[in-house]
Amino acid sequence: MLSRAAERVYWMGRYIERAESTARLVGAYNNEIMDLPKSVDASWRSLVDIAGATEPFFGRYQNPDERNVVKFLLADEDNPGSILTSVRAARENVRTTRELLPTEAWEHTNKLYLYVKEQVHQSLARKHRFEFLQTVIFRCQQIAGLLAGTMSYDFSYRFVRMGLELERADMTTRIVDSAVYLLLPRKTAPTEYDNLLWVNVLKSLSAYQMYRQHVIPRVIGDEVVRFLLQDPLFPRSVAHAVAEVEACLRALPRNEAPLRSIARLQRRIKEADTAGMDLEELHEYIDMLQSGINEVHEQIIATWVLVERQPGSPVAG
Amino acid sequence: MNIDWKGYDASSCYDELVTPKGTVRTHARELLAYLDSLTADEIRERQRAADGAIVEMGITFTVYSEGENIDRAWPYDIIPRIIAAKTWDPVDAGLRQRVQALNLFIADIYGEQKIIRDGVFPAELLADSANFRQECVGVRPPHDVWAHICGSDLIRDHKGRFLVLEDNLRVPSGVSYMMENRVLTKRVFGELLENSSIRPVSDYPTQLFDMLAAISPRPLDYPEVVVLTPGIYNSAYFEHSFLAQHMGAELVEGADLTVGEDDCVYMRTIDGLQRVDVIYRRVDDLFLDPEAFREDSALGVPGLMRAWRAGNVGLANAPGAGVADDKVVYAYVPDFIRYYLDQDPLLPNVETYVCNRAKECDYVLNNLDQLVVKPANESGGYGMLIGPTASKKERNEFARRIRHDPRNYIAQPLIRLSTVPTVIDGQVEPRHVDLRPFILQGDRMYVTPGGLTRVALRKGSTVVNSSQGGGSKDTWILEQD
Repeated sequence: MLSRAAERVYWMGRYIERAESTARLVGAYNNEIMDLPKSVDASWRSLVDIAGATEPFFGRYQNPDERNVVKFLLADEDNPGSILTSVRAARENVRTTRELLPTEAWEHTNKLYLYVKEQVHQSLARKHRFEFLQTVIFRCQQIAGLLAGTMSYDFSYRFVRMGLELERADMTTRIVDSAVYLLLPRKTAPTEYDNLLWVNVLKSLSAYQMYRQHVIPRVIGDEVVRFLLQDPLFPRSVAHAVAEVEACLRALPRNEAPLRSIARLQRRIKEADTAGMDLEELHEYIDMLQSGINEVHEQIIATWVLVERQPGSPVAG
Repeated sequence: MNIDWKGYDASSCYDELVTPKGTVRTHARELLAYLDSLTADEIRERQRAADGAIVEMGITFTVYSEGENIDRAWPYDIIPRIIAAKTWDPVDAGLRQRVQALNLFIADIYGEQKIIRDGVFPAELLADSANFRQECVGVRPPHDVWAHICGSDLIRDHKGRFLVLEDNLRVPSGVSYMMENRVLTKRVFGELLENSSIRPVSDYPTQLFDMLAAISPRPLDYPEVVVLTPGIYNSAYFEHSFLAQHMGAELVEGADLTVGEDDCVYMRTIDGLQRVDVIYRRVDDLFLDPEAFREDSALGVPGLMRAWRAGNVGLANAPGAGVADDKVVYAYVPDFIRYYLDQDPLLPNVETYVCNRAKECDYVLNNLDQLVVKPANESGGYGMLIGPTASKKERNEFARRIRHDPRNYIAQPLIRLSTVPTVIDGQVEPRHVDLRPFILQGDRMYVTPGGLTRVALRKGSTVVNSSQGGGSKDTWILEQD
């Protein structure tokens, strides 16, 4: 498989998942804020911090109010993480690797882009926003499902999948972080709203039912954090997504360096006692997971994309 | 919709589906009866459905406009163009004959040049040729074939006779649109296709792969075949990707390839470097190899010519094949057929005056208001003079250019291209068409049944190029009992 093609399908996976996760993140945060009483100081600014986009945001806007933040995350052409730019980048990557992917993957990615382009500005208003986010989530799932169901599990598929799972792991940490952000300013004992908050977090990751079936019927903050970060079976948990990346890595040639960095990340996930952490420690821990995820990403690029660009003496094949 | 065929103007030139009296030609009966059964709204609805499918399937071509690349939706007209199989079969035979002769000519030119010694082709034309490559002299590619993929442009005159307008031997494009047009027709007029026997066009990628595999330097069942594209901003990128996908070949850019010290070509893969056997290149000669041609080319692969000359990689089309893709050389193709094959041409050229011949040049200069003048090495309809509609100033300008460089010009009478019914604002009107079939030659030959029909959408216009407002149609070769 061409290195350049590997890079493109990897980013295709990342961008599809980024569009879906951003839709989930905005939906979750929106629900969380609506459930909080007026007395709680919840600002939309946190959402920008959680998305890791503080700098680009304030380069473009002054006031982090609902309208600006939602516009920035959904429709901003200059924000590389907005839903619009993500689906456009996913489309561009599919367009340039059409020969590797099933034809339907192109058609559905193209349709998704056309839908987002047409609907995104309307979706800035609350009354259309939820339907828009739901549709984006559904269509991204449709594309991921299509690939999983119709593509041979070859190198191309592994690269798409790695991109998807790494992005998913990263975004799950961000969604958990969003709840931590909202809880942080109070630092008092849990209040009645905490449960609502965690229920929203679970729902935003479509994890509510699985949590109640596999953990305990009652929603408890510590248990939710453990479930979303460490559960080995739930597909959107960080531990599961990272294990999927590892499985893909094992199927690829020359994988020693990336395998080492993923083993480090898995150790950090497995050995953490999140229940014993206070909110600040939890926030720092999540930061650390995010840099571990990024390290795996850098290893993937260094190993398979940046293969010697200068002609050497080739190995006969 | 009760189409008023009496009001449909099929008298000013040859209409392929309707006679000048307004009756329907035999091979078009079923189609036109079917169209008649639809209301105007239904026709509009089908055209809308097709246009929607084109956007969703992402069938595009890229145009350059004001320094920007714009992806435009492919223009497709829902009414197919029908050609009876018995009309088509002689054209098919004529194309085979023609491409065979062209390949014999190219091989001769880079070999012994017998045709020049025998006085059939003038040496000075070769000396001036923009597409003759000194670097190719003495090379013997597999099967002595240079032009593996040829896209010849055909038109039909006022009698419905097929004529060859030009042969594209460099990097002809359009075949993917031919295939996508059929997919679209299946979506729009499925019921009609089901009940007629129309020759399928979807076999092309398999034929193309087999042809490419046949020029592999290594005798493998599945040699490594790649499609070399100038990149995503090229106007035909859609097609490059389409063909790679349908052949199961890698789509590569110049930077993905490298030539080793062993003069073999390799591609950079996630598993290191991997040998490449055959390159279907969609990059022009001069950009192929910065070591041999343009040094500033970032699209090519340094050392590629070295690898090709050493016989370590197959290139289609071979570098230098464009020497026969020249509007002056075109005028000599009937002579090539007689000279190399000892046969009469089955498929005629448009009558052509070569300005390089003094007598013909005089005729051209005296009759500019009745002729179409074309420069030797332009494509896409650029740099042409359409005498009958040009202004006096334009004609004078062309007269000056011709006198300055007669070798570079040919002239032809203005042919009134045939028409086919076309949907214009929900109504059916005649529009001019041409046809580009694709001919493959490797160890054997293949001709697409039909080809890509391009249609000039503006009333009276004969400019069919999609970059200049042309559309396209599905082309049916219809078997009849």
